[in-house]
Amino acid sequence: MAERRGLTPLQLDALREVGNIGSGNAAVALSAMVDKKVMLSVPRASLVPLVKVSDLVGGAETPVVGIYLHISGDASGSMLLLLEENSARELARLMVSGEGQGELSTIEQSALQETGSILAGNYLNALSQMTGILLKPSVPGFAMDMAGAIIDFILVEISQSEDYVLVIETEFDVMQHKIRGHLILFPDLGSLDIILGRLGVSAD
Amino acid sequence: MTDGTLIEQVVNVGVAEYFVTHNPHVLASYGLGSCVGVALYDEKRRIGGLAHIMLPDSKAISKPGGPGRYADTAIRAMVEEMERLGSRRRDIKAKMAGGACMFTIPGAKNPKNLPGPALGMQIGERNVEAARRTLEELGIPLVAEDTGGDYGRTMRFDVSDGRVTISSIKHGVKEL
Repeated sequence: MAERRGLTPLQLDALREVGNIGSGNAAVALSAMVDKKVMLSVPRASLVPLVKVSDLVGGAETPVVGIYLHISGDASGSMLLLLEENSARELARLMVSGEGQGELSTIEQSALQETGSILAGNYLNALSQMTGILLKPSVPGFAMDMAGAIIDFILVEISQSEDYVLVIETEFDVMQHKIRGHLILFPDLGSLDIILGRLGVSAD
Repeated sequence: MTDGTLIEQVVNVGVAEYFVTHNPHVLASYGLGSCVGVALYDEKRRIGGLAHIMLPDSKAISKPGGPGRYADTAIRAMVEEMERLGSRRRDIKAKMAGGACMFTIPGAKNPKNLPGPALGMQIGERNVEAARRTLEELGIPLVAEDTGGDYGRTMRFDVSDGRVTISSIKHGVKEL
């Protein structure tokens, strides 16, 4: 494996705080949308080997719904809302009346896409306010497929030559509804110095 | 572990990895999206390899990582390893799968802020092209492929008989 970019415990703590503030804000928005209580896990911030990224969400073949947004502005990266199929259906149903199994209807898909957009918007907003870094999400893309397939091109975008990606990940849980999902921020490694600098934990 | 002839041994070839063997293993790449799986097989000697390719071209990257990541270097590295195990170039054939476009986002910019789709939106297609070009340069015939589209695939390659199967959530299992 090629060289690995080290991060100090202090830097990882600061990045975890990024996850905390971002996902906290996103959870408030989600809670308001579905009118239910939303629980958050303690965020993880870590350098993950490329081959291990899909393990974060249960393995490369796990069927999931992914809502993807590209981040541009002062720093770039990707934001991904990942839901297991059943959670996605359940969440869609809280917002639009749907029924049955199988493919999600167009309306359910748009509802989920909109959810992804709102969560990412709130997450990035909180982050922008905290750091003064402008972060603009793109319109959301939607896919329902194997987790590995949904994640692999994000790795391409953020890691052209490194064997690791930085993952800031929070799990959330909509209470009483068996809805669990992951909100994942993948900063481009090129943008990492900018973010660390603004957090006051630069390399030197 | 013994060289299991009774127990099928599956080797998981992860993102940016490749694996070459003359044992009767099954090589598998799970959840290929824009990534491309390239299987090389020497039927005469039952030597095979599988690469899980992420990017088209190592030469386009200023500080390229390991060879398994790029179409140009991964395929060459596998051929060299197969030749070391006794393969002849003229006996090697290729099959490939993957290179999908999982998301389309209107108005998304590529990293250089040029108009057009973001890098990830077209990377699958470029991976497929680069793999095809590299195989051509090496004189290795591409005998079957299942590429493109907007869905993920899992590729399994049985080195004991050369069979390649592709499975996807949308289209089930098929043999390549």
